[in-house]
Amino acid sequence: MTTELDTLAPPRPSATIRSATATGRRVTARAALRRVGELAQQPTLVIAWAIVLVVIGWAIAPSLFTSYGPYDGDPAASFAPPSAEHWFGTDRLGRDLFARSVYGARTTLTATLLAILIAFGVGTLIGLIAGFAKGTVDTAIMRVIDVFLAIPGLLLAMVVVSVLGYSTHNIALAVGISSIASFARVMRAEVFTVLTQDYVKAAYGLGVSRLGVLARHVVPNSLSSVIALAALEVGAAVLAVASLGFLGYGAPPPQPEWGLLVAEGRDYVAVHPWTSILPGAALAVVVIAAHRISTSFRKGQRR
Amino acid sequence: MLRYIALKVGRALFVVWAAFTLTFVLLFVLPANPVDLLFDPAEINTVPPEVREQVAANYGFNKPVSLQYLDRLGHALVGDFGNSVQSGRPVTTAILGVLPSTLVLAAGALVLALLIAFVIALVATATRHTWVRNLVEALPSAAVSVPVFLSGILILQVFSFRLGWFPAFGDDGLASLVLPLITLAIPVAGPIAQLLVRSFGTEFHSGYVTTSWAKGATRGRIIIGDVFRNASLPALTIAGITFGNLIAGSVITETVFARRGIGRMTQNAINTLDVPLVQGIVVLVAVSFALINLIVDLIYPLLDPRLRATLAAPGAPAA
Repeated sequence: MTTELDTLAPPRPSATIRSATATGRRVTARAALRRVGELAQQPTLVIAWAIVLVVIGWAIAPSLFTSYGPYDGDPAASFAPPSAEHWFGTDRLGRDLFARSVYGARTTLTATLLAILIAFGVGTLIGLIAGFAKGTVDTAIMRVIDVFLAIPGLLLAMVVVSVLGYSTHNIALAVGISSIASFARVMRAEVFTVLTQDYVKAAYGLGVSRLGVLARHVVPNSLSSVIALAALEVGAAVLAVASLGFLGYGAPPPQPEWGLLVAEGRDYVAVHPWTSILPGAALAVVVIAAHRISTSFRKGQRR
Repeated sequence: MLRYIALKVGRALFVVWAAFTLTFVLLFVLPANPVDLLFDPAEINTVPPEVREQVAANYGFNKPVSLQYLDRLGHALVGDFGNSVQSGRPVTTAILGVLPSTLVLAAGALVLALLIAFVIALVATATRHTWVRNLVEALPSAAVSVPVFLSGILILQVFSFRLGWFPAFGDDGLASLVLPLITLAIPVAGPIAQLLVRSFGTEFHSGYVTTSWAKGATRGRIIIGDVFRNASLPALTIAGITFGNLIAGSVITETVFARRGIGRMTQNAINTLDVPLVQGIVVLVAVSFALINLIVDLIYPLLDPRLRATLAAPGAPAA
């Protein structure tokens, strides 16, 4: 029943995705094949995916990518410049900086994932309640959201971390909390749009209950925009986590974490520039790749 | 129109009040023992209980939370956020002392960011080569992807340590302002450029441009004469985001370049858990944000006649 109603809906910006989910698996498979074909025509997108997959590999199994350990120092080889042996050079204690960047991926990416999950979960729920309840509830929720938008994310995250204590988990929590507002806003706007669609009116006309409409139509159809936002926010969240790490609010020093690696190298950057710049460049490349992938999501959605 | 203004002013006041309340809850109510936050964590065990009690009495922590709240709110209304724990000076004086330094940095960075953003948008619209357009359009997303601390360190490395053109640290004179200015302008320019590229593109393909083509206008004449004005206005809508980027960017920039300012003071205040100072800074930022958005909300109808018409119409939705 719902599938027929969905196809009755007028074509909306994300109609491709929507009809694909509605009409069954065969179409999804064909769409997936077509997407792979399109992918091959966009070399930068392929590179971006490759970078992100490799870095996820770093986080899952760091020992596959480097033979050095993140804490293994060789005082005789301190401040060795980048070479075939030490790709990113070594730091003050002779630790391999590439190995520390590889092992650092786990800390930074776990915190990022956690932050996005918190922001996505809480933000989407708040936006759904505001958009579906409308009226006073909506107004009250949105005024509170306004307040969170009025304090810049980094500042809010710093305050939250200062109250919770310094640690990577608290950084994740702080970054997550400071991104809730934007998820809530996008979800609310999407819910509003979906509620004006003919298929929602048709469902009400057929006697489907409010909760039924919410579960069958509103949630599935408004999620795609929020998922695209989540993809976009990944890059920003990596940056926020690394910035807080750089300022010293995250993992304590011996641990490898991307922002902290840059901060540790900062004191020697005048004489041994690689100590800070190469781990930082790795971080920047990952964020650029994440941005490239998220733009392809948004374009796909617009079609 | 009057209703619209009253509504916007009311919202701005609410945001400021709520920011104060939020920081009060976060900083004064949630911590199990707020008095502990007032001492250096390293020396906390050596503090005798009498001193603790006296400090608690000084800060009013022995009174009920609701009384503390009303007391602090009352003082905050006249601009008194108490004394900084670290320096003992009034929070307001401490903030006003470093504010000019950050204002100069932020204002300069904003001007530079706008210049960069407009150049990117103009080149992307004016060029006839697809590869130039693709290249230029990739710049804004690179600008928001490179962490501010990395670009700061890179700029420091190249222009100060290698070329020796500018001093690396400190805040004396114009020469020491150049590198922080560039560092801060990059992340601020990114979102503005993204928005401008999009709106220049939309306007360039609109009906009145076709008319100008038909009348024989050149490409340059159309971009400068027709598109520029209409496509620039939407940049005002992200004034709030731009402000947030300036604040977040100045925290990192001032730390990297060891400059005096609000950003560095924020970091110090957080590091030393200087609770009254942190609250003062957050409220100041919220006030500025609310003020900027209020100004944009109020002048936008003046600049865009279409919006003015909607607002003047009877029974128009005021949001």
